[in-house]
Amino acid sequence: MNVPAAWYLVLAALLFGIGAFGFLTRRSAIIMFMCIELMLNAVNLTFVTFARSLSDIGGQISVFFVMVVAAAEVTVGLGIVVAIFRRRASTSVDELTEMKG
Amino acid sequence: MIAIAYAWPAIGVFVVATLLILGGAVGVLIYKNPVHAALSLILCLFGVALAFLAQQADFLAAVEIIVYAGAIVVLFLFVIMFLGVDRTEALEGEPLVGQRTFAAIAVTLVVAGVVFLMASSHWVTGVPSVSTGGTPLSAGAGNVRQIGTSLYTTYLIAFEVTAALLIISVVGAVNLARKERPRVGESAQ
Repeated sequence: MNVPAAWYLVLAALLFGIGAFGFLTRRSAIIMFMCIELMLNAVNLTFVTFARSLSDIGGQISVFFVMVVAAAEVTVGLGIVVAIFRRRASTSVDELTEMKG
Repeated sequence: MIAIAYAWPAIGVFVVATLLILGGAVGVLIYKNPVHAALSLILCLFGVALAFLAQQADFLAAVEIIVYAGAIVVLFLFVIMFLGVDRTEALEGEPLVGQRTFAAIAVTLVVAGVVFLMASSHWVTGVPSVSTGGTPLSAGAGNVRQIGTSLYTTYLIAFEVTAALLIISVVGAVNLARKERPRVGESAQ
């Protein structure tokens, strides 16, 4: 008998909280992307837990698609970071103030 | 009291996965050096893969290690070293006053709210899927078979669209990261 689904759900909620806190407080764009990965993985863990509880393979399929989208997102995001670094020689998001009104 | 009702190996796996996941995530949060943060992220992803394995998601556990730890984190490390930003980022000082305090309060409220809502609604509600006849998901090779069957029948169109998405993102990333050169016939600025 496996542990209750509730344990994994609470674990996923904590992981999401850590990722969200990091995203809100860190200033390096690369670290912020890592925190987005943490949040995506928390949601993936929730999907897998629900798939196990409800015996539904659809939850695992959702995780598969989330992984594909995460890979695409990281590719484009890091491309943008490289492009910004060429102009500013910095990955700190605090220095991107061109659009300040 | 709860512990007696469940097998000890399952609890042990859960504890190890929890330590890996939370330790890795906190590492991403506190390490100043981006390289260390990326390595800590790998630790966290291995914990998630372990949690997948413990919940009959064998295929996803393998994909998690191959795609996340093998490809995405390597991409992170590649960009970090390519840009040469592996110097430490100053964690002290806040550009916005009280940014950390507000972030901590907001995150605590969200997490506590989610956990409270789930606890007050019996955590998992809904009926078991009829596609598997209400039987538990199979592990091992059966899991791969189930995912493959579902992916190439029910979710075929979504699967095809991800191919287009990946092509577009690769072309976009190459275009973004490419150095702009003056075209032939245009005067260099």
